[in-house]
Parts: sequence; C-alpha cells; structure tokens
Amino acid sequence: MNFTFLEKYWPYYLIGAKNTVILALFAVIIGVVIGMFLAICRIGKNRALRLGATAYIEFIRGTPLLVQLFIIYYGLQAIGIRFPDIPFMSGLLGINFADFMAGVITMGINSGAYVGEIFRAGIQSVDNGQTEAARSLGLSYNKTLRYVVIPQAIRNVMPALGNEFVVVIKESSIVSIIGIADLMYKANTVRGNTFQPFEPLLVAAAVYFALTFPLSKFLARVERRMRSHD
Amino acid sequence: MTDAIRNMEGERLIAVSGLKKNFGKLKVLKGIDESIDRGEVVVVIGPSGSGKSTFLRCLNLLEIPTAGTIVFDGTEITDKNQWKDGGLDSLRRDMGMVFQHFNLFPHMSVLENIILSPMKVKGMGRDEAESVARDLLDQVGLMDKIHAHPAQLSGGQKQRIAIVRALAMKPKLMLFDEPTSALDPEMVGEVLGVMKGLAEQGMTMAVVTHEMRFAREVAKRVLFMDEGIILEKGSPDKIFGDPENPRTREFLAKVM
Repeated sequence: MNFTFLEKYWPYYLIGAKNTVILALFAVIIGVVIGMFLAICRIGKNRALRLGATAYIEFIRGTPLLVQLFIIYYGLQAIGIRFPDIPFMSGLLGINFADFMAGVITMGINSGAYVGEIFRAGIQSVDNGQTEAARSLGLSYNKTLRYVVIPQAIRNVMPALGNEFVVVIKESSIVSIIGIADLMYKANTVRGNTFQPFEPLLVAAAVYFALTFPLSKFLARVERRMRSHD
Repeated sequence: MTDAIRNMEGERLIAVSGLKKNFGKLKVLKGIDESIDRGEVVVVIGPSGSGKSTFLRCLNLLEIPTAGTIVFDGTEITDKNQWKDGGLDSLRRDMGMVFQHFNLFPHMSVLENIILSPMKVKGMGRDEAESVARDLLDQVGLMDKIHAHPAQLSGGQKQRIAIVRALAMKPKLMLFDEPTSALDPEMVGEVLGVMKGLAEQGMTMAVVTHEMRFAREVAKRVLFMDEGIILEKGSPDKIFGDPENPRTREFLAKVM
C-alpha cells in the first residue's frame, strides 16, 4: 500500500469534499421545500393533489437514482432546457455551474420524495387533539397547520431530516458520473493520474466517513437533548 | 314578530333538533332535541359510550352531524352554505371548548397559547391580546405562570390555562368535555372552582362530566344520556333526588 500520492493530491480531496457538501446542502434544501409541499398535499383533502403527491413519491422511490440523474441530465438537454452558466458559481465550484445544477436538482427531486414521507409521518405524529383545540378556537385548517401542527412536526422530524442529509452526502457520489467534481470524481482523477486504482478509493471512503460520522453523532446528541426536553 | 317571540329568541342561545351522528355503521347519536338558554349551565351525564362527548363535539361541529339542525345565536350552523369561505371557522370562534386532555400547544408559552387565536383569528393587536390574557390569568390565579411552558405545569394548572385560552376569544358558549377526568383527585377542585366562578358570572355552559357534586351545585338542568338519546332531563334536584327512568336510577346508584 502506497499513500505517498497524498502529498501531492490532498487538495483534490479537499475540493471534492467541499463540492460534495455544497451539493448535498442544496439538494437537502430543495428536498425540504418539495417534501413539505408533498406532505401537505398527501394529508390534504384535495384528491388530485393527494394522488399526484403519492405518484411522485412512489415513482421516485421505485426507480434508481442513476436513471433519474441521466433523465435529468440528458433529458433536459434533449428538450432544450439548459441551466444558465453563472461564472461566479462556476469559479467557486471549479466546475461548470450548469452541470452542477443538474446534479443538485436530481438529488433534490430524489430527496424530496423521502423528505415528503418524513414530514408526513411527522405531521401525523402530532396528536389530533392539537388540531381539535386549534380548530375549536376558530383557527382555519391552514392556520392550524402553520401555527400549531407544523412547528411541532418539524421538532419531531429533525433527527430523520438530519439523517436524510447524511444519506444525500453518500448517495451524491453518483453525480461524479456526469462530471461533477465531487469527492468521488476527484478520487477517480487521482486514480487516473497516479495509476493507482485502489488506494485513492480508500482515502475517498475515509473522507466520506469523516463527513458523515461526526454529523450522525451530532444528530444523535441533538435528538437526545430534544427528548429530555419533552 | 311579536315581542314574546322576539324575547324567546333572545333567550335561546343554541337549539338542536333531530341531531343524529353515525360513525360508519355505528349509530352514536339517535336523535337529540335540546336547547340551551343564555346564561344557562347544562350538565350532561351518562355512562361511557352513551354519546355525550359526541353530542358536545357536534355543537361546535368538530364532528359533522349526520342529520339534524343546530341553530346557534340565530344562525343555522348545520347549513353547509354557512361553512364556505371560512364561515365554519368564524362560527367556531364564538364557542369555546375545553378538552379532557387539555390540548395546550406544547411548543408555546402559556401567554402564546392564550393570545394565538385572538391575534390570528380576530386580528387583535399584541398589546390588547396580552392585556386580555393577563386579566384572565389573574382571575384564575396563574399570573406567575405567564411565561411557563405547558410541560412545566400540573394537570390542574394546564386545564385552568386551557379554560383561559378559550375565554380569551370571548365566546358566547363554553363547552366542557370531561374537563376533570384526566386530573389527579387533588386537582379536580381548582378546575371546578374556576368553572363555578364562570357560571356565576353568567357564562352559558354545556358540561359533560362525571362530577355529580358539581352537577348538583352548578347545573340549572341535568341531561341523562344513554345509547345516543337523552333519556331523562330536569333540575338537579329532580334527577338526583327523584329520577323517573330505571336506567337513570341504575346509573346514579353506581356513580354516587
């Protein structure tokens, strides 16, 4: 085993890790927005919205992320949609921003389905008595959700949401396939440059673990603290 | 319209006729006709499963009746045309409800619990809502808990706050659904005390309870419900002293 390549190539891993974190962060933000919308549709009274949200969630969960990535990356180009390139962002990332967006959007759309289910479970875990009390005070359905149910649901789902962030960090390695310079892509570059197929992967795995492990430990602590609060 | 009729309408706050409620095949309410006058305290008693809670919950449409009409303060609230465009919500703000399990909002302080609805439903300013909250908290002796969170309160305190929260909307009718059933025995008194005070101030109240002493002392009328109908009704003296129906007698013998 020879890890001397690190002396020259360690910045690759740093840049890759940075891009992976940025990608995961944006993906989770998009996922939360989509997920919140899906959850509200799924618990609502409107049948069309409910069916639409269910179909979205089932489809995303029932198809491979890789296929979704290719559909977004090639499919959008095929129908003539191209994300605008923002030079500032491209510079910051060290890669083409338009390509980066295809990755972010795919991960966000994918994550949204899972976050939607997390939120739905969170909303349904809030005692029905809370809704009844709010409605009996004259609050409308929407205001009841906004002021009473969702704030409690968010507290309930924080651990699961954090876990989704960990999952997205790991799963996002797949975007290296479309040339986004994330951690996995950078590791592959190192493999090619050094003609060492194995060791750079070990380093990549170690860096992924160094990102996810402290995060899950931190989340476990937050969860414990929240429990002791109730 | 003659003066006599106008006078009657003025006195009657809520009138229920032919009220039925089914949950699937289960017939919980089988036809209730009853009315409550302004300032009147009506206590509903009966065995569990008799439909008394459902009856109460139909009054503010937390349960939508299967059949029958309810006229509240001159408006037929069971008329679906009244429910459109937030109509249902504005019908409810004139009726306060107190639940067995308090249902305070755990993510808010006592003050926030109380001012939420006056501010978000009535559009009251924060200062005005707070001053209403302070007055009411003072009345129930819980001013020192104004910034506490529900988790820090005892059951009796929670229920008194829940009553204050409902009162802050200045309701015309207060509904109490077994308000003391989830309380430790030593806390029942403080909640009943607040309710008694409310009755003395002239609040119109419908109370489902197992507290027979409260019914005896505070109720103007007592309704005995069994299997989805009102089996017997009358003054507390009549119901507790000389019940006519054998089922009423049997029930009272068990609980007294």
